Amino acid sequence: MTEDEIPVDEVTAPWWDATRDGRLLLQRCTRCACAQHPPRLLCTACGAGDLSFEEATGTGIVDSFTVVHRAAVPGTAVPYVLARVRLAEGPILLTHLTGTAEPHCDQPVRLAWRPLPDGRRLPVFHPDPESPWTSS
Amino acid sequence: MSVAVVGAAECDLGRTGRSAQHLLAQGVGRALDDAGLSPCDVDGLATTGLGRFPATQLADQLGIRPAWTDSTAAGGAVFEMYVARAAQAIEAGQCSVVVIAYASNQRSARSRSIGGAYDPATPEAQFEQPYQPLWPLSYYALLAQRYLHTYALDRSDLASIAVRARAYARLNPAAFRYAEPPLTVDDVLGAPMVSSPLGVLDCCLVTDGGGAIVLTSAARARHLRREPVLVLGYGEAVTHSAMASPDDLLATGAAEAGARAYARAALGPADVDVAQIYDAATVSVPLALEQLGFCAPGEGTAFTGVPVNTTGGGLSYCHPGQLGVLLLVEAVRQLRGECGARQVAGARTALVHGIGGIGSSHATVLLGVRP
Repeated sequence: MTEDEIPVDEVTAPWWDATRDGRLLLQRCTRCACAQHPPRLLCTACGAGDLSFEEATGTGIVDSFTVVHRAAVPGTAVPYVLARVRLAEGPILLTHLTGTAEPHCDQPVRLAWRPLPDGRRLPVFHPDPESPWTSS
Repeated sequence: MSVAVVGAAECDLGRTGRSAQHLLAQGVGRALDDAGLSPCDVDGLATTGLGRFPATQLADQLGIRPAWTDSTAAGGAVFEMYVARAAQAIEAGQCSVVVIAYASNQRSARSRSIGGAYDPATPEAQFEQPYQPLWPLSYYALLAQRYLHTYALDRSDLASIAVRARAYARLNPAAFRYAEPPLTVDDVLGAPMVSSPLGVLDCCLVTDGGGAIVLTSAARARHLRREPVLVLGYGEAVTHSAMASPDDLLATGAAEAGARAYARAALGPADVDVAQIYDAATVSVPLALEQLGFCAPGEGTAFTGVPVNTTGGGLSYCHPGQLGVLLLVEAVRQLRGECGARQVAGARTALVHGIGGIGSSHATVLLGVRP
């Protein structure tokens, strides 16, 4: 799979379209108010099928990370920092951390965007210098 | 419970130059020989990994028409799941002799990709594959990083697991690392990094290998040549498919799988004499020991109360893509007292814990012999 071949489907299309405008969406259940990611047909908390999209604040903390030293896809530059980021709203994203060589667990991070060849963008995260929890 | 393991064997291991289907048949043949049975006695088959219809294909290979088959795919833990399903099928009278088998030639065939293979129809192809995780290794790396952070441990604590695995492998002539020198913590720390904090020696091998076990009713087992190894209990839990899905990386399905197996067997961790735990990476072992109740959270790397992975495990013995069947083979051999230099003296109860995918599926089996 190349970067302009990332698949999309009828449930995830609004999420991917919003990335073109630099908006990170989350799904929220209109019945139980739980937020979830990635977009699904049903709410994973209560099973309801009535879900709406809202824009995330774009702040979060590093749940965990790993510096990848062997490319999963031949030709990719290494190392790169893969991470699980827990958004302020609760859901966790698998993502990349940029702008930091030595990340740490529980580090505050903020949303950034990496352009894709087809105009969509991938959410990535970098250290949040404005967070009151950022250590010096 | 009323079902027993009556045969167990490995196929050729390591770098065999053989095809996967013949390794699979070799393991089945050896396990049936061990049991004193032949393919015409087999009316139940469980296998995965080879072809689109794995059990059907193996039945054809053996020339049998089984009354029960299972090709559930759940990663390397599925063989422990097969034990549960086989025991139920035998107890229900659907079949009487079940073979559980697996084999791969992935080292000889160089068929393993470090990035894994994503199905484009899954959410992970949209939301995880673009970030190029190593699959499954980066998940175990994320787990390890969170584990070390939570309990204020460091890489040397995880390295001790690889050191112990190598020590057992040096007692096991079938182990890939049998003839190699002992590992030191410094060796593990100094090895090339793969996906931090996991270096090459924190990660399992890629080898050919596999094997088979044979199960039948305890009543029939009494008339066969081997000491019956009774299925005392089993339990499983399936928790996630995507790397982002678990809310708490450290709350694995091992806790539920283990609790279900202990309850079914009316046993607890204190009753276990030897444990075989699926070690795709060093961190798998301490976390599973903790989740299975052997020790408190954060104490798994220092825990030595029960012999673990007496073959040398996936780290130093064999890892043919799915290790689960070989965990069962070793547990059976330990309970029969056949393990030579690595034998755990007086082992009567064994715990086998399979972990599949990216910690996606967990399945625990308790096996025992009569005192």
